[in-house]
Amino acid sequence: MIKPTPSQTVGPFYGYALPFAGGGDLAHGGIVLHGRVYDGAGEPVPDALLEFWQSDPDGGLRGAPGSLRRDPVTGAIIGRHGLDFTGFGRVATDADGRWMLRTLMPGLPYISVCVFARGLGHHLYTRAYLRDEPGDRLLAALEPGRRATLMAAEEREGVYVFDVRLQGEQETVFLDFG
Amino acid sequence: MTQERISAEIADLHEAYLKEGVERHHAARDFAPYRSSALRHPHQPLVVVDDPEAAELTGPVFGVTDVTALDADLTRQHQGQPLGERITVTGRVLDRAGRPVRGQLVEVWQANASGRYLHQRDDHPAPLDPNFTGVGRCLTDDEGRYAFTTVRPGAYPWRNHRNAWRPAHIHFSLFGTAFAQRLITQMYFPGDPLFPYDPIFNSVLDERARQRMIAAYDHDLSVPEWSLGYRWDIVLDGPSATWMES
Ligand SMILES: [Fe+2]
Repeated sequence: MIKPTPSQTVGPFYGYALPFAGGGDLAHGGIVLHGRVYDGAGEPVPDALLEFWQSDPDGGLRGAPGSLRRDPVTGAIIGRHGLDFTGFGRVATDADGRWMLRTLMPGLPYISVCVFARGLGHHLYTRAYLRDEPGDRLLAALEPGRRATLMAAEEREGVYVFDVRLQGEQETVFLDFG
Repeated sequence: MTQERISAEIADLHEAYLKEGVERHHAARDFAPYRSSALRHPHQPLVVVDDPEAAELTGPVFGVTDVTALDADLTRQHQGQPLGERITVTGRVLDRAGRPVRGQLVEVWQANASGRYLHQRDDHPAPLDPNFTGVGRCLTDDEGRYAFTTVRPGAYPWRNHRNAWRPAHIHFSLFGTAFAQRLITQMYFPGDPLFPYDPIFNSVLDERARQRMIAAYDHDLSVPEWSLGYRWDIVLDGPSATWMES
């Protein structure tokens, strides 16, 4: 087994490189997932980058290319063509720590979230659960207070809110895949 | 906050790491000398997910529609040539079993030769270069190979402490076959005198792991009368399930 290349912080200046036009628009006509990222003092984090990976409505995890589809003339990113479901999203938080995703309800009960930020040397994984599924191995293993940090709340029909707290009270459960 | 104090804190944390005797590959999330880590690392331990059906064991895919031919040459994205020392950076993206990661997206971003990013929050009074943006993308080939042509980035100051300077680096973002293999890191240049002073480089506590972030100068990659070549292979960490599979 080869030893891995170490992680380093995404730093403050990824903004012109990583976020892309339509990065949070996986699909229209489905659900909205939004929230904010907070630091250990309860302040919004304005320079975090969130990535999302999810199953399609049938639970499929194949994804599809084309998240960063390009205009062949200008090279500009013109967004997904809307036929294939790419399953991948990327959104930077705004000055108020807020982010938003438009997507389809996944077949699995959760959307996987990967958090990068200035000040964070190694990204963190979590999951936004859109429903409580009996038998879900992760939820079943958590005590109620911790488990609540993974549950997205349905504010109104089809609109879910999921906040990420990097540290402290109600700190989000972060995951290790071994 | 003086460099002396930051350097003493780094030395203490490196010593504590050696005493503990447990090998760690990645940047410590809780690393006081990198001051903005203080409120941005979790206090609770990570929760281990042991589920062969986890979505994170699969991941996003990219293809020819996601990159253009010009993306991999950062010196050809404007009317004229950028200032600085022209370099090529190439290497392979592998998993921990040594298998190539094929057809995956590699993204880079960097400061220009003067150490300035094209970012409105970078107020370092070094010149912007109208011929350099500093962003690149490519897909790995069947051997996991990536290649970029760019200019060597300059070192730049930051406000972590008084007289703080980042060693020259190129930011890299990588995908494996599993979302759990995701990596964002920085590539450094051999022999940089700023290594011992930098809290970000030294947030990787393991000396040999730090060496794995430094590219090698490779004279065979240098192109006569054109560019200097660097080689840097990248190994993605990830769940044992992804490298145990045959
Ligand atoms: Fe940087």
